[in-house]
Amino acid sequence: MSDTAPARPATAEAVARGLRRRYAAEQRFRLYGMAAIGFALAVLTILFATVVANGWSAFRQTYIQLDLPLEAADIDPDGTRDPAVLSRADYEGLVKKTLRGMFPDVTNRREKRELYDLVSSAAAFDLRDAVLEDPSLVGGTFQLRVPASDDLDMYMKGYIRADSPEDERRISDRQIARIEALREQGRVETGFNLGFFISGDSREPELAGIAGAALGSLWTMLVVLILSFPLGVMAAIYLEEFAPRNRWTDIIEVNINNLAAVPSIVFGLLGLAVFLNFFGLPRSAPLVGGMVLALMTLPTVIIAGRAALQAVPPSIREAALGLGASRMQMVGGHVLPLAMPGMLTGAIIGMARALGETAPLLMIGMVAFIVDLPKGPLDAATALPVQIFLWADSPERAFVERTSAATIVLLVFLICMNLGAVLLRRKFERRW
Amino acid sequence: MATTQTAPSSIHAHRASRRAQAKMSARDVNVFYGDKQALFDVALDIPAHHVTALIGPSGCGKSTFLRCLNRMNDVVDIARVEGDITMDGGDIYALDVVELRARVGMVFQKPNPFPKSIFDNVAYGPRIHGLAQDRDELGEIVFTSLEKAGLLDEVRDRLDQPGTGLSGGQQQRLCIARAIAVNPEVILMDEPCSALDPIATARIEELIDELREHYTIVIVTHSMQQAARVSQRTAFLHLGELVEVGDTQDIFTNPRDERTQGYITGRFG
Repeated sequence: MSDTAPARPATAEAVARGLRRRYAAEQRFRLYGMAAIGFALAVLTILFATVVANGWSAFRQTYIQLDLPLEAADIDPDGTRDPAVLSRADYEGLVKKTLRGMFPDVTNRREKRELYDLVSSAAAFDLRDAVLEDPSLVGGTFQLRVPASDDLDMYMKGYIRADSPEDERRISDRQIARIEALREQGRVETGFNLGFFISGDSREPELAGIAGAALGSLWTMLVVLILSFPLGVMAAIYLEEFAPRNRWTDIIEVNINNLAAVPSIVFGLLGLAVFLNFFGLPRSAPLVGGMVLALMTLPTVIIAGRAALQAVPPSIREAALGLGASRMQMVGGHVLPLAMPGMLTGAIIGMARALGETAPLLMIGMVAFIVDLPKGPLDAATALPVQIFLWADSPERAFVERTSAATIVLLVFLICMNLGAVLLRRKFERRW
Repeated sequence: MATTQTAPSSIHAHRASRRAQAKMSARDVNVFYGDKQALFDVALDIPAHHVTALIGPSGCGKSTFLRCLNRMNDVVDIARVEGDITMDGGDIYALDVVELRARVGMVFQKPNPFPKSIFDNVAYGPRIHGLAQDRDELGEIVFTSLEKAGLLDEVRDRLDQPGTGLSGGQQQRLCIARAIAVNPEVILMDEPCSALDPIATARIEELIDELREHYTIVIVTHSMQQAARVSQRTAFLHLGELVEVGDTQDIFTNPRDERTQGYITGRFG
């Protein structure tokens, strides 16, 4: 006792001496942390800003108002109003005739072509659909709002500049003059690009939409969810709660961890070899895509599920077992409900990764050009990231903004899924 | 205190035939955790309707022995239990583990209510064992169990609230209520008061004394005072060996083994 007393001042002195240094170190460390977060946020902001700046214009589209004289002689010479006859009429010619009528000075072939190129090829189809729906239109003049061609759209949005040399842009001076003329007549307008959200892919950028890919992704994710969540949860429960600890389970555990790190393209190859070539499942189908992505997601779900089960306090298990609950009752009644939020988070993180995955889908043919919207998991489809890849590969300027727009849609999908994960977590979390 | 003074005299009279009378009985119990042996040839009888206290320094194997009695060690992968443990003369390993644990309830060191309502906590045992025919009967069991655990008056109007929202002492009484809701024959208590304040401890000790009427109780405790207060029989374990067992009064006033004496007088522990 007596010899510790004089040591006291020395301790205080030593502490006081080191104190500044310690606080300085803490301060520095905090600064590093804040700098790291600031940097990450800045990069993320730049990324989002770039994507949005490039993509937002794709949500608007230039339309041209056309007054189409629907002469009965052109469409329905016999006056039967028979749908078969109506659907065979030359609507393309009608649109062209209308355009020529608006610009009577156009005579030679090349100028005509340039004129026709101002409106989208969809004009004829839209007109036909309108006439088939309401045959009484025939004989009158029909006002139709048709999408402008992608080049005109790009010009209107300012991506093609009139002051650049003519041979370096995709629309000629004459076309620009015609656009300006139309604009003066109030026939050119910009509106919400509904088509982008409800139509499938197209070779014409102004007609290309994201709906096919989004539906394909949705079907794929549905298959992934149905396959990987129950399988992963069951596997995690068995391995964590029931399986004996021996060499076999060790090997299984190591391999699950290894599988989580396997490059996704390998799963694509596996899907190609097994699901397509061996089992003969349909090519390009969300079902197969989902199966491949489920295989890829499964290790993540299992690992997250086991971690969630391990996090359940042992006292709860003991309480249940001590009352005479069987293992099954212990797991089902107490452990699983407590582990559920963690399991769901793991599954959704795995699915979010699967949603953004492109490589394995390339291997099983989900990279095809598909115009129709998939109506089920067996229809040919593509997926959002693959659509982005396809559009990014296309030469037209209008596909650049669509690529970014598709990226925005994909990001919105991801944010929704993560939000769903947070909400589910909240709902299931019972920390009382 | 009062209880130690009035230890039943019948124990003295029938010491010879104790094994036959004992509710549970252990012979030659050895427990291994992997290569490490935790218990060495423990032999102990647990008389019915008595409180038997297991005392000893940390790591002496008290809890290990307690967990042998309802086969909680089965859950631990590396644990191996050898020897002969009987209840009412029958080998507990011949019973199904679920049945055994329904007959031998347990209260743990740290209060561990389920993250459910107070009602569901108590009702869980009767539910899984199918002890109630209908809701009314289940409610009846829950009420009487809470009553016996001395908790009913405190929680009567908030049975649907989370059990984890109670105070530490209340949680522990909830766990006792949960254990007796199954109507076990034996209740094992593993240092039930070590996480509680003195007032809550006093309530639990009172409760243990009341419960003795209906149940056989084995309690592990760190506190010699507690053992002296609540138990009629005391077993002293040291380094995995059962050093001495006898009536609580004898152990505390007249220990035969010098290790017991050393522990009781506070020379180690």
